[in-house]
Amino acid sequence: MSGNEVAGEAAVAAGCRFYAGYPITPQNQLTEYMSRRVPEVGGVFIQAESELAAINMVFGAAAAGARAMTSSSSPGISLKQEGISYLAGCELPAVIVNMNRAGPGLGDVTPSQADYFQSTRGGGHGDYRTITLGPQNLQELYDLTYLAFELADRYRNPALILGDGILAQVMEPVRLKPLRRVRPAPAWALTGCGDGPPRKILSLFLKPGVAEAHNWRLAAKYRRIEVREQRWDEFQVEDAKLVVAAFGSSARIARASVQAAREEGLAVGLFRPVSLWPFPYQPLRRLAEGRRRFLVVEMNLGQMVEDVRLAVENRGPVSFYGRPGGGVPTPEEILKVIRKTYRGAER
Amino acid sequence: MSQTYLFKRTEGLQDAPTSFCPGCGHGILLRLVAELVWELGLRGRTVGVAPVGCAVTAYDYWNFDVTEAAHGRAPAVATGIKRVHPDRLVFTYQGDGDLAAIGTAEIVHAANRGENLTTVFVNNAVYGMTRGQMAPTTMLGQKTTTTAAGRDPRQHGYPLRVCEMLAGLDGVVYLERLALSDPASVRRIKAAIRKGFECQLSGQGFSLIEVLSPCPVNWNLSPVDSLTYVREVMSPVFPPGVIKDRTCQKPAPGV
Repeated sequence: MSGNEVAGEAAVAAGCRFYAGYPITPQNQLTEYMSRRVPEVGGVFIQAESELAAINMVFGAAAAGARAMTSSSSPGISLKQEGISYLAGCELPAVIVNMNRAGPGLGDVTPSQADYFQSTRGGGHGDYRTITLGPQNLQELYDLTYLAFELADRYRNPALILGDGILAQVMEPVRLKPLRRVRPAPAWALTGCGDGPPRKILSLFLKPGVAEAHNWRLAAKYRRIEVREQRWDEFQVEDAKLVVAAFGSSARIARASVQAAREEGLAVGLFRPVSLWPFPYQPLRRLAEGRRRFLVVEMNLGQMVEDVRLAVENRGPVSFYGRPGGGVPTPEEILKVIRKTYRGAER
Repeated sequence: MSQTYLFKRTEGLQDAPTSFCPGCGHGILLRLVAELVWELGLRGRTVGVAPVGCAVTAYDYWNFDVTEAAHGRAPAVATGIKRVHPDRLVFTYQGDGDLAAIGTAEIVHAANRGENLTTVFVNNAVYGMTRGQMAPTTMLGQKTTTTAAGRDPRQHGYPLRVCEMLAGLDGVVYLERLALSDPASVRRIKAAIRKGFECQLSGQGFSLIEVLSPCPVNWNLSPVDSLTYVREVMSPVFPPGVIKDRTCQKPAPGV
C-alpha cells in the first residue's frame, strides 16, 4: 500500500466513520481511498467544496460523536487552521493528516518538514496545542494514525499526523490491525438531548473570567498530555559523543548516516522524537547531561532545532543541518556533516 | 386557585435573559424556532447550529442541543452533524454577514448538495454585532459605519439576493422570504419555518427561510420606524414570497 492508503486504512481500523477532504497533492490517494473505503464500512465520505468546509464538516461530525478525519497538505492545512482552533477550543476529538510539502505559498509538491512549527505550536489563533505524531515509515504511519484516534478521544483534543511527500507516496508492506469496534457517541456529544438537559458545544465565553478559567483548564490538560504522552526512539546513544536528532523521513535517512559513521568508528547515535508535541524534552535533557554534542537534521530552515535547544539548555553545543523548499538530503550528505561536526565533538 | 396563561415562555427556551437591543427581530425569531422544536415534539432529537453575529448566544436560550460554528461555516458543521445523525432535526440559524458574505461558499454548496437541512436566514442588512458595518445585503444609499455617505454600487456592489441566487440550484427544495414587519407576519414566519422543518423531517432536502428583520440601533431608527423600513424600503429590494417550492406532501416518517 502507499502511505496515503495506509493512513486511510489505519483510520478505518480505528473506527473512523466520517471523512471529509479536498484534493491537493501529494495526499490525493488518501481522499480517493476514503471515497471507496469509508462507505464500504457504513461511514460517510464527503468531498468538500474547500478545506474550510472539510474541517468544519469534521467539526460537526465530531460534535455529533463520530470518529472523524480530514487530510491535506501544507497550503490546505493552513486553511484548516481556523477549524483546528475551534476544535481545540471546543475540546472536540478529530484526526488531521498533513502530508507536508514545501512552502511558503504554493511552494512545491516535494517532501518537506516546514510545517513543524505550525503543527506543534497550535497553528491557528489562540493559546492551544495539538497532539502531533511524526511517523518515519509506513508501519509507523499506520500505528500512529490508529493511536491518534485514541489520544484524540482520551484528551478530547485534535491530533495531527505530520507526514511528508515521501511517506505519502512510497509503498511498503504493513501489518494491519483488526477493525476496531465503532465506539458509541460519548455522553457529551450532540445526539439530541432526549429528556435530559441540553448540551452545548462552544468556545465563546463572554462572561468575565470564564474564558480565562477555560484556558487554565485547557492548560492543565496540556500539562497532563506533556507528562504522559512523550514518545521517542533512541539508536546507539549510550556511548555517543555526537547525537543526531531528527524526526520522520529525515530520521529514517539520518539513521543510515549514523550507521555508516559507526562503521567508521565514530561514536554517533540517533535521537528521534515520535511525538512532536508533546516534545520529548526529558529524555533529550538526560542525554544532554552526559556532555554530548547535538546535530539536528530537518527538511526545513531549522524548526525542531529550537525544541532541541530548549531541552539541551546549553549543556552542549547544538548545530543544525537543513534542506528547505522540498530538498531531501542523502545519507552521504548527512554523513559528511556528521564527520565535520564530530571533529568538533572530539576537541 | 387555577390560573390561565394567555402567553408564557415556551419550553423550547431556557430561562435566560436575552442580550438583544430593543426592537430587534432576533428575540422573536429565536423564540419561533424554539416553539416549533417543542410543538413538533422534537426537543430531545434536535441539534441546532448557532452562528457568529448577534445570535451567537442562541445556545444560552435554546433548551436543546446546540453547537457553535466558526463565522460562516454553520452549513458545513450542520452537514457533518446531519450525515452522522440523519434522523435528527438539524438546522442552522444565520445572519446576513455570516451567511451572505463570509459563508457564501458553505451555504451554496450545502444547498447544491441537497443536504437535508433547514436554514433560518435573518437578513437585517447590516453587521449587527460589530455595530453596523455594510453587509452584502445593505440597501443602496444606506448609511452604515463603513459607508458613511451611503452604499454606492460603483464601489460596493449591489444588495445580494440569497434566495434568488440559490433558487437555480437543483438540490434546493424550498425557499421562502418573509418580512418581519407586524404581528401577523410573525405567524406567517412561524408557518414557513415549520414547513422548512417538515420538509427536512420527510427527507425532501434543503430548505431556507429568509426573514427581513429590523435592527433599530444600527439603522438609527426607532423600533416602530424600523418595522416601516422593513416593509417600505427592504421589501421592494428583497421581495417577500415563495421563491421556490418543490416540496411534496409526503407524510413525515417517525423521527
